[in-house]
Amino acid sequence: MRIGVFVCHCGVNIAGVVDVKRVVEEIRKLPGVVHVEDYTYMCSEPGQELIVKAVKERGLDGVVVAACTPSLHYETFARAVERAGLSRYRLEMVSIRELDSWVHLDKNLATEKAVRIVAGAVAKLLGNREYEPIRIEVTRRVLVIGGGIAGITAALSLAKMGIPVILVEKSPSIGGKMAMLHETFPTLDCAQCILTPLMAEVARHPLVKIYTLSEVESIEGCVGNFKVKLVVKPSGVKVDACKLCGFCERVCPVEVPSEFNRGLSKRKAIYIPFAQAVPAAYVVDFEHCTKCGRCIKVCPAHAIDLEQREEVIEEVVGAIIVATGYELYPAEKLPEYQYGVENDVIDSLQFERILDVQGPTRGEIRRPSDGRPVKRVVFIQCVGSRDVNHLPYCSKICCMYTAKHALLFLERVPGSEAYVFYIDVRAGGKGFEEFIKRAQEHGAVYIKGRVSRIYKDKSTGDVVVEGFDLLDNREIVIRADLVVLALGMVSALDRKLVESLKIPVDQYMFVSEVHPKLRPVETPVAGVLVAGTVQGPKDIPESIAQAASAAAKAAELLLRGYIEREPLVAEVNSEKCNGCRVCVSVCPYGAIEIYEGKARVNEALCEGCGACAASCPVGAVQLRNYTEDQALEVIRAVLRVK
Amino acid sequence: MAFLCKWCAGAAAETAGVMRLRYDPAVTPVIVPCTGRVTPLMILTALLNGADGVLIGGCHTPNDCHYVAGNFKAFKRVYMVKKLLEQVGIEPERVRLEWISATEAPKLARVINEFTEEIRRLGPLGGKYA
Repeated sequence: MRIGVFVCHCGVNIAGVVDVKRVVEEIRKLPGVVHVEDYTYMCSEPGQELIVKAVKERGLDGVVVAACTPSLHYETFARAVERAGLSRYRLEMVSIRELDSWVHLDKNLATEKAVRIVAGAVAKLLGNREYEPIRIEVTRRVLVIGGGIAGITAALSLAKMGIPVILVEKSPSIGGKMAMLHETFPTLDCAQCILTPLMAEVARHPLVKIYTLSEVESIEGCVGNFKVKLVVKPSGVKVDACKLCGFCERVCPVEVPSEFNRGLSKRKAIYIPFAQAVPAAYVVDFEHCTKCGRCIKVCPAHAIDLEQREEVIEEVVGAIIVATGYELYPAEKLPEYQYGVENDVIDSLQFERILDVQGPTRGEIRRPSDGRPVKRVVFIQCVGSRDVNHLPYCSKICCMYTAKHALLFLERVPGSEAYVFYIDVRAGGKGFEEFIKRAQEHGAVYIKGRVSRIYKDKSTGDVVVEGFDLLDNREIVIRADLVVLALGMVSALDRKLVESLKIPVDQYMFVSEVHPKLRPVETPVAGVLVAGTVQGPKDIPESIAQAASAAAKAAELLLRGYIEREPLVAEVNSEKCNGCRVCVSVCPYGAIEIYEGKARVNEALCEGCGACAASCPVGAVQLRNYTEDQALEVIRAVLRVK
Repeated sequence: MAFLCKWCAGAAAETAGVMRLRYDPAVTPVIVPCTGRVTPLMILTALLNGADGVLIGGCHTPNDCHYVAGNFKAFKRVYMVKKLLEQVGIEPERVRLEWISATEAPKLARVINEFTEEIRRLGPLGGKYA
């Protein structure tokens, strides 16, 4: 092999610590190396041209670039060697900047280390072979998990591009948390008015198949062809037959707290989640239904079937968009706020329901305990959020929705008072700061400080809030009718789905994206994308923007009809293989099977981790361009340098 | 010599560079696709060819591994190698496995410094056993 080694100075980033000339001289002595060059900025146009020219003029068939980290410039140099007519697998790139010059001060030792790193790369390159990308046909269909505003947006966007979508929602209706909101900041659009047309549109679209009361049971396969198993729970009502007359609801004897009104009102065991629910049909809550059968007798459409069974549906999709959204942090974990003890301490979504004309009080602002009209409200921000004992992060939307709550309340109830306890007001966004000012101009009193105690005064029925005003440096006591907690946002993603998808999550169960800036909607699992609050706290416009972006990324994968994968996967030498199955058992992707007594790799499933190669007792399975021989040669070469 | 998983400890090494942390240059990093790809033979080859110690840096258990469970495989293999070394009279401390996530650059620097100090205390392997 004729190898050329190109050492970058990176201005003084490398050359300031590493003696590049000495590296060049040492590397020149290595077997296989016929050409060594150094240059100020190898990644620059003239730097790349040096490589192209040397490959052509010196007849090189292998190139090593020692510069910054490959994650920054591997692609740059891979294209350069391809321009020179070589396969990109004839290139090895190693970092002598992040891994060397930037972390050491001793020039002599850093130079020796650079030589060792480059020697390792040369040794590895000697064992590299050329491969063609693996081409996989893709299924042009997308699974969207979660039917909130992010999921709906992604589904509609894909359907409009002509890509069929399966939209899966756990609850009986799509719409998500946004359907529960009254008005939205900072424009005060009515949430239902902007959401329900989208719900209807997605339900109507011929390319979108919606499964409500459904969950993902398992996912197999990989980008282009995920095999998905869905469990569809019975709704007890034939959606097409139900005429929404509501007779069933009237005769049902079972009453349970309404999820949609967050327990502030009751619903029956046969119910419609909310007036604009999609699918527009009643649904039976089998957990509470006593199967008394009264609803069946009164249903004029014969739509009710209490013997419906769970269904398992299997679908193949090319990409998956995860949009499972958020829940509020459980207020019970903060007992000092008396949530769940005093009924007049409520959470922010409950206050949305109280404001709403379709809500438990028909939009009249009365408090839950005794129905007393509310004149004075205390809003407490950062309940759970920005608290090292609960959620260390900022939930981002609470400052804005609290200002909205205060403003709507003050406008709705003449002569009322609204107090807001806050740590900092975070109003970064178009029109946000102005909106906070507007709430304050309408009379919302902002108190910087924390609440120390909340209790009910039994004689007056007031909820007494004791806190500390940091700016005035004094204790403050407010006798309120109602206390609203701005609870933090937590990911609604469950462990089982994370494991089925094999996607990484952070310690708060928010999905980790490939790159927080450059690839914000892609997960490290190819073909699995994220949209909305499953990735971190965000507001409605951000969720929508991310959903549209995820749809575009899914389309990018699927519209061409095929995808190309990195060919550096595991490979079996069937002459050596004795069919012992160790590789089958260690493969985390189920990518190896035994065929006619020998192991066989499914290249579409293999991710190239090399676990099989490290386990094979006879060395029959090897990871392409990271074979055991190569690994050992790298080790020897690194240690040979004195 | 250090075998660093390219997703976690290798990425931490990059971050350490960006943060301009300082650590001992006596350790040469070799980036591997996954600690699950590191064979006992690789560790032993390093020790036989002049390395005085081998550090293996991978993703935190249980769920950080980019390839689901390569870190557990590494854990078992390293345990085995350490037992083997012990039986032939070589200090098992010469092989160290650490979980270092991509964000834990300071931990990487600390581990490398601790490890080189430990190896210096043990002295060169070749000198003692060659």
